[in-house]
Amino acid sequence: MKARGLALQAALAAALALLAWWLYSNAAANLAARGIASGFAFLRREAGFEIGETTLLAYSAADSYLRALAVGLANTFRVAALGVVLATALGAAIGLARLAPNWLLARLAGAYVETVRNIPLLVQLFFWYALITESLPAPADALQPLPGLFLSNRGIFFPLPGDVPQLSGFNFSGGAALTPEFAALLVGLVAYTAAFIAEIVRAGILSVPRGQRDAARSLGLARRAELRHVVLPQALRLMVPPMTSQYLNLAKNSSLAVAIGYPDLVSIANTTMNQTGQAIEGVAVIMAVFLTLSLSLSALMNWYNRRVALRGSPA
Amino acid sequence: MSSAFSWIRRNLFSSGPSALATLAILWLAARWLPPFLDWAFAHAVWQASDPRACRDAHGACWAFIGEKHRFILFGTYPFEQQWRPAAASVLLILLWACSAIRRCWHGWLAAAWIAGLALIGALMWGGVLGLPYVENERWGGLILTLLLASFGLAFAFPLSILLALGRRSRLPVLRYACVGAIELVRGVPLISVLFMASVMLPLFLPAGASIDKLLRAQLALVLFAAAYLAEVVRGGLQAVPRAQVEAAEALGLSYAQAMRHVVLPQALRLSIAPLVNTFIGFFKDTSLVLIIGLFDFLSTVKVSLQDPAWSGFGVEAYLFASLVYFLFCAAMSAYSRGLEAAPARAAAAGLRRE
Repeated sequence: MKARGLALQAALAAALALLAWWLYSNAAANLAARGIASGFAFLRREAGFEIGETTLLAYSAADSYLRALAVGLANTFRVAALGVVLATALGAAIGLARLAPNWLLARLAGAYVETVRNIPLLVQLFFWYALITESLPAPADALQPLPGLFLSNRGIFFPLPGDVPQLSGFNFSGGAALTPEFAALLVGLVAYTAAFIAEIVRAGILSVPRGQRDAARSLGLARRAELRHVVLPQALRLMVPPMTSQYLNLAKNSSLAVAIGYPDLVSIANTTMNQTGQAIEGVAVIMAVFLTLSLSLSALMNWYNRRVALRGSPA
Repeated sequence: MSSAFSWIRRNLFSSGPSALATLAILWLAARWLPPFLDWAFAHAVWQASDPRACRDAHGACWAFIGEKHRFILFGTYPFEQQWRPAAASVLLILLWACSAIRRCWHGWLAAAWIAGLALIGALMWGGVLGLPYVENERWGGLILTLLLASFGLAFAFPLSILLALGRRSRLPVLRYACVGAIELVRGVPLISVLFMASVMLPLFLPAGASIDKLLRAQLALVLFAAAYLAEVVRGGLQAVPRAQVEAAEALGLSYAQAMRHVVLPQALRLSIAPLVNTFIGFFKDTSLVLIIGLFDFLSTVKVSLQDPAWSGFGVEAYLFASLVYFLFCAAMSAYSRGLEAAPARAAAAGLRRE
């Protein structure tokens, strides 16, 4: 039995090695035949394309591919970080609303979750992008739902302390601006992920035994204190693992930016692949970034999970 | 009357905050609902052969959907042959509906699927029974989405069982190979797997060999779905009590026999509801093939907006696309909820009997 297992594993390892060698030799022959370079030397060459959105890092077309990819990565982080914060807040609110004693509020939250979860994210992104670019007025007639906040088909403009957006020429200047691409991506990711987070929050709170709440109340705790000191600490324990995977999903889903033209990492890598023909390196860059992200996030969450886990309970 | 009144009091105005929430919702509805209904229905244009009728109106242009529905549903499939993808779509939906009914879970269901898929292939490609041949570059629209999802699941599901069993194997090489494959695919976005299939795979094939673009995308989707399904199946496997395996071994069953007759039937039954949820996610994810240039349903919707005469109706077009995807996914999720409720009902009935 032991010998059979060893033989099986040796055969499997040999087959995998053979497959890898076959793929490698094919790729080497194909690259040579097509005159495509291999390796990462191209990262130092001049990229030669403009990037529409460079908020965190300065960039011009004369910079290298490496710099362009770094700008893409920064853009991915920008939308993912903001998305995680907003989706958590919205998701928690909707999850709590689903449990509210108010019938109307609970039904509304339930309908939101059911609708959003059953429509592909890509469709929702296209919808938000169309809504912003087609249905919002030009900057000259921009909607102003709150003083200083302007919604237009050229983007969303909001005031910073001491710096209010002003209409100058055909667009706004001053304040802070979200491009239509960024706004559509952020709204889409937040709306979509919030529906999943709401379900996690709801399940987490429902998992706390009824007796715990009764005990808190009989101790004379107010509803707020009961939630803060009794229900949430127990619910969080159950919520952390699925929340982590939702955050990771949001980061991975931000790669759909390529479909609406927000220059995230995947979209810059895509342009790079098209220009240099170095598809293997391009896909490798994308995969390396996301694998690093998912592995480090799961390590972080495992550490947190150990900290909040009950002492002495089985892992 | 008084019962309705007390219901309202109990459910809408039970406390100060609750009453405030009710009033806020009613106020928002009064403000936003009438303009929306005006746009979507009262001022909407339902029929027009000229886009100018839409541009003059102050409502939604549903006429756009009417004008483009053949292209949205069937893509560039030859116009007079479009009954073929229509019939194939209906057939495929019937096969899925039938597979959802517990009474149909017999050996003949597999035979029905094979026969059905062969018939769909004959309908779509043609070249037999006097049907003109249509190359698969011209397939598009809803049928392509349904085919990508169906074939994707049909191949991913068996593969996922092998991966899940491999991940729980005692042989370290096999285990690490399966863990590596599953975690690699789950750790990266689907779009990078699709890029891998569309731009990277051709570089790894021997010179002269080539795989059709549709097939390459299908391979990527199979790989992606298999990795996610494998984790669901593994959850089911973990829920089967250890004593079941030991009992099978004590009876002298081999590993394959024990898995086939004892463990897998129980594990898969336990994971039906989460499997259906993964199916829903996968059905939605097929829309990403748009990014690598395949003509699925979402792609035909997007391309139909590029007609300059009819451009600018994206909101209507994507609402329509949302509705179609929603109908499919909501049907599946209602089914999955029913499955989750069924064991609970059975357990409750069992308790009552005792």
